[in-house]
This record gives sequence, C-alpha cells and structure tokens, in this order.
Amino acid sequence: MTIIGSPSDLEDLQEKAETEYQSHETLISMCGGTGCRGGGCQDVIDELKSSLKEKDMEDEIGLKITGCQGFCEMGPLMVIRPEGNFYCNIEPEDVDDILERTIKQGEPIERLEYVEPESGEKFIKEQDIPFYKNQGRIVFENNGHISPTNIEDYFAVDGYSGLKKVLFEMDQEEVIDEVKESGLRGRGGGGFPTGKKWELCYQQESEPKYLICNSDEGDPGAYMDRSIKEGNPHLVLEGMIIGAYAIGAEKGFIYIRAEYPLAVKHITKAVDQAREYGLLGENILGSDFSFDIEIMEGAGAFVCGEETALMASIEGKRGMPRPRPPYPAESGLWEQPTNINNVESYANIPLIIRNGADWFNSVGTDNSTGTKIFSLVGKVNNTGLIEVPMGITLKEVVFDIGGGIPGGKEAKAVQTGGPSGGCIPRDMFDIPVDFDRLQEAGSIMGSGGLVVMDENTCMVDVAKFFLDFTQDESCGECPPCRIGTRRMLEILDRITSGEGREGDIEFLQELGERIIDTSLCGLGQTAPNPVLSTIRYFRDEYEAHIYDKSCPAGVCQDLIYYHIIDEECQSCDRCRQICPVDAIEGEPGGDPYVIYDDICIRCGNCQDECPFDAIEIVPGQREGEE
Amino acid sequence: MELELDRVDEIVEEYANKGNDKSPMIPVLQDIQTTYGWLPEDALIRASKLMGVSLAKLSGVATFYNEFRLKPLGENHIVVCTGTACHVRGAPMLIEELERNLGIEAGGVTEDRKFSFEGARCVGSCAVAPVVVINGEFHGNMTKKKITEAIEELE
Repeated sequence: MTIIGSPSDLEDLQEKAETEYQSHETLISMCGGTGCRGGGCQDVIDELKSSLKEKDMEDEIGLKITGCQGFCEMGPLMVIRPEGNFYCNIEPEDVDDILERTIKQGEPIERLEYVEPESGEKFIKEQDIPFYKNQGRIVFENNGHISPTNIEDYFAVDGYSGLKKVLFEMDQEEVIDEVKESGLRGRGGGGFPTGKKWELCYQQESEPKYLICNSDEGDPGAYMDRSIKEGNPHLVLEGMIIGAYAIGAEKGFIYIRAEYPLAVKHITKAVDQAREYGLLGENILGSDFSFDIEIMEGAGAFVCGEETALMASIEGKRGMPRPRPPYPAESGLWEQPTNINNVESYANIPLIIRNGADWFNSVGTDNSTGTKIFSLVGKVNNTGLIEVPMGITLKEVVFDIGGGIPGGKEAKAVQTGGPSGGCIPRDMFDIPVDFDRLQEAGSIMGSGGLVVMDENTCMVDVAKFFLDFTQDESCGECPPCRIGTRRMLEILDRITSGEGREGDIEFLQELGERIIDTSLCGLGQTAPNPVLSTIRYFRDEYEAHIYDKSCPAGVCQDLIYYHIIDEECQSCDRCRQICPVDAIEGEPGGDPYVIYDDICIRCGNCQDECPFDAIEIVPGQREGEE
Repeated sequence: MELELDRVDEIVEEYANKGNDKSPMIPVLQDIQTTYGWLPEDALIRASKLMGVSLAKLSGVATFYNEFRLKPLGENHIVVCTGTACHVRGAPMLIEELERNLGIEAGGVTEDRKFSFEGARCVGSCAVAPVVVINGEFHGNMTKKKITEAIEELE
C-alpha cells in the first residue's frame, strides 16, 4: 500500500477505484447491517458467495456487502444493479433462483418482491417503493452502494475529494465560512450551528487542540449514527479530518459505544486504512497538515453523550459533567480547546465542501438546512432508517414513508428526541420537522429517534419509561436531577399502580419545571420533558389513571383486567392450560370460562393463546372488587 | 476457587507501557472483564494496587458504567432490549415471561448457573423490535413463545 503523497495521486486512485467498481456487469448489493444480521443475512451471504463460485459467475457478477440500507423491517434484503431490483426477506434457499432466474434470465421472482402492507401493491424497483421514494438521501446516498470495509469503494464515489479541496484550495477561515454559510446545525440534538462552534475553537490560541466525534449514541430507540459508522465510516473520518484542519487540531478521538460491536469494527478498520494511505498521520496528502485519530470505547453511560461528561470519560474518569462555561471550545479535553460534534454532523461536512454551501442549504427550511436521518420505529408498518429533508411533516413521515399504523389501528403520537424529548399528538402531525418547530411543540429534534405510538400505547406508561431511564442514568452529581427525577418516577409509579391522588399532575409539572431550571447538565435539564409534554397533550389519560383507576390504552397492569367474552368462548380449555397461575376456571365443552382477577397476573398469555379472540383487555378495575 | 490473577498484571502493564497521558482505568477494566467475563473483587484489588489508584476510585468507575459486571454471568446469557421501540412493542412482557420461566429477576443468575438475563438500554436494532440477544446473537420481532422455545432449546 502506498502513501498518497499529492492531490494527483488521490485522483489517480479515485479513477482506478471507479473503473474497478464499474467493472462488473451486474452488482448485487446485499445489506449486511445489524438489522439484517438479526434477520439472518449472514447465511444468505455465505450461500451467495459459494454459489457464485460454483457457477463460475464471480467475474461478471460483483457482490457488495454493504452497511445498513435502512429498510431493516424487510431484511435480509438486496438490490441488484444496474436495474435496481429490490428483493426482501431473502432466505439462503432463494439464492439459486436469484442467480439462475433473475440474473441469468432477467426474470423477476415474485415471492421476494416487496408488497406494500396496506394496499397490497407490489414493487420491484427500489426507487419506486414508497419507503425509499419519499426520502431524500444525501448522507446515506452511498450506504447501499459501497462496502464499508473497503476504502477503494469510498474512493470510487469521490471519497476524500472534500479533504483534498480544503487542504489545497482553502484556508482555515474559508472552510469555517463555508460550513457557517451552509447553515448546518449539530445533529446530536442541540442544534448549535456547527460553523460557529468551529470558529470559536479556531479562535483559541492555546495549543494543542483536540477534536472529538461523539458517537455515544445512548438514546434508546435511535440508531442512525450506528448505521453511518457501519455503512460509510470513511465519510465520518473525512468530515473529522476537515474539521481538524479548520480548527487546527492535531489529535482526534472517536468516542464510540461498546454496545455497537460492528460499528467499532468498521470504524477501527477505516482508521487503519486511512493511516496506511496517509490520510491520517503526518503531512496528509503531502500537505503540511498532520492529524491522527484514536478510538475510545465507551463503557455504557447515557450521560456520556453530554459533551463535558464524555470528555471526563475520555480522560479515564467517571463520566460526570461539569458546568459550562467554559465551553469545550475554550477549555475541553485536558483543559485544552476542544471541538466536539456528533457523527451525523461530521458526515455532512465532506458533502458541503464538495458541493458547496448553496447546494446544501437549498434543501430544508430557512433555519434548519439539509436533511436529517431518523430511526422510524415503534407502531408503524415500515420501520427502519430514513433520511428526509428538514421541514417534511410528521404526517408524510408516518404515513407516506412509514406506511401508516399496523393492524388498522389509530396513530396516537410520535415521540421525538428520546428521553430528552416529548410526544407530539396526532392532531399536530402537520407541523414541519425542524429544530425550532419541534421545540415549540414541546419536544426536540434530538439525535433522531422517531417512535410512533398507537391507541394501545399508554402515554403515562411512556412517560414513566423515560423517567425510569433518566433517573437510572442520572450521574448523581447535582441534586435536582438525582433526587428530582427519582421523586417524579415515584409519583408516576403510584399513578400507574392505581394509587394516584389529586394534585399529582400539578406537582409533577411544578417539580419538572424546577428540575429543568436548576439541573447542571443537559440530562437533567431535559429529563422532565417526556412527562411535561404528555401532560400537556394527554392530560385526560393521566386523569383516567388517577380518578377512574383506569388505563384507557390497556397497558398498566393494575388498571386493567382480562375478560372472557361469553359469546365468543368455545370452552376449548387452551387458556386454562397456558395460565401460569391457575386463574382461569372452566370445563372443556362446558360453560364459558371465567378469569379470577385476584389471581390473574395480567401476563396476557391467555389472550395470545385464544384462537377465537374471546379474551379482551378492559380498562379499569372490575366492579365489586378492590 | 482460587482466581488466576497473573492476567491482571499483564493488562495493567500493557497500558502502563503505552505511555498514554490518560488514566487507563476504563480500558484496564474492559480488558479484565474480557478475560474473566466479569470483574472479580480480587482482580479489582490487585489492579488498584498495581495502578496506584485507590480501590474506591476504581470501584467508582466500575459501578458507574453499565458495561461492567460485578457478578459472573450464567452459561447462557440473555439480554432483553428495553429501548423505547422495544418497550412500546412489548419488551416488558418478555421480561416478565423470562422472570417466570427462569425464576430469577432481571440481572440475576439461575442457581445452576445455566442462565442469566438482564435488560439492556438499547442495542440499536429498533426496527425489528422487540429484540432479544441470546449469547451474543440478535433475534428480532421476539415473542413470549419464541423466547420460551429458545430457552427450551438451550436447556
């Protein structure tokens, strides 16, 4: 392997890589992301490899194992190019048909085509599928095309051209101005303008300066950053090197969750490759700029997503935040000027530099430019990762891309921003998704979790879920967060177990506002949001729990009961057999069965087992019982 | 059972020699855990002496981060993801099923040391929620039935 010593060396490599990339008549892009791995894609990949060899098709058919292509729900999946045919839910047994029928004879295989769940319509081309059609992919553009473990593939798609441009055509201030003009705002949740952050750090005189990539994606329900690192790690590295050049850093860190083993593997490999090619290290591309990156695996603490806590963790200590100011730009890692951005922010940088600020800010809204990647999950038909222009409405996201709610149920709300965010009710689904509008609605953009909830999701239970999370993850440093979140959780526990009392709602609101005002870091300052936003929009559900002792969504176990509908029950005895606590009584073939509430533990096994849908959940407590 | 502690010496030595300017508590603990599968008290005591940091400080780090375990795992380890997407798609029911089935609470180990299970924050496979990780292998769209079958298979 040779060190790239000049811009023209890089151009030669890119050209060579592009020719190599296009050398196959047909290219199979098989998704090897974590979601598809969970669906068993490795077996399909093994079968593909051995079959291609057996059939002597290796020369004309290229096989790319890509990172996450987004449509995790349908995995294992592949796209066959150049036609763009999309196959999903593939099993190893399908491989022979794919090679013999589709590739050799151009015949589609119907059973592997995507069927839209609501309309039953079939789609063969990737670009026609509503899930993909309604997105606008720029950061994710190459995820389905390149092999993340192969730096040549990244060269083939113009990789490191942005770095070349800044090193040889732009000075530091010009880079910062370009990023400022693009309007890029921090994708980790805060939405602080990235260019401004860089400028602050650039202006500091103290040396050395550090640059950190915050890859501690701790937000439950979100996995965008994971997929960028898994699918296109060099895009992140290129963004980091450009950032380091702009602020004048010579050392960088990637702080990554150890819970994401595949991402750790891919980013580690990418750093090694970049070093071998001289894209990291001394005199990058023959310029006088030097920079290197170290990878640090986080040990699992949500608070470490907070920048000052993250830096404490890199320093090897407990990840406890400290008050700001001073901001990291002034005094960060080992009290030196430090710039810290999120994975997705860095991934946008090479694209801004290559295509210009005007290209970037032509997408999105005035104050939120570009695209945002969301993990669209929960009670929605098409789950997966989506990249959409800022300003798209929630309605378009949930219904056009997400394909609506499964089982003909009604959407109730969308939760954004994870434990720091809030729930947006269905009647507000027309609001455009951007930093400011989400905040006005009592939520936040956050890092990009978008959890859809339906009529069977209890909003009090969701609020309790997040509080349980934040009080557990509270680092314990400041009392408002440490004690306050605990108190709020206790109240929510009481409410969901039927012990709610008058004044609880008002007390939760007051306590929540105090915690927001007085906590030290972002964790505490946002922890009450899920509670406050659900009270704001779903107060009636709280009231039903407190005053009627009833959980309208049928979730909170103390506020519901299971009931056998006499007319439906066929006395088949299955429910009685599966009940783990003998709470059901009846004789096979006899009278309809009965559930005893005082014995029933509300595990729901009987309902799952009943073939006649004769068992229902009834909100409230049965008359005549405690 | 007497614990073989020589590996601890090697790990501490390895990081001391790296000449890095950062305090190596986290990577040392990570490597100790990779070696033993958990953080035995004796290994912590040994490491704290060798590193010249107080046991309190080292324990402080060990208990702060979710990754570190102060108890050994069972032969088979089951992780139920309790992230938001998994929660709304029924993860709590899976945990209850496991608690009933194995007779232990989340975070515990069965008496015969055959099974341990715990809830995890988010394993980042939200699209196929609820997710259960059995011995390192991801299983999406889990149901109570599937989990019971998986346990029976391992028994």
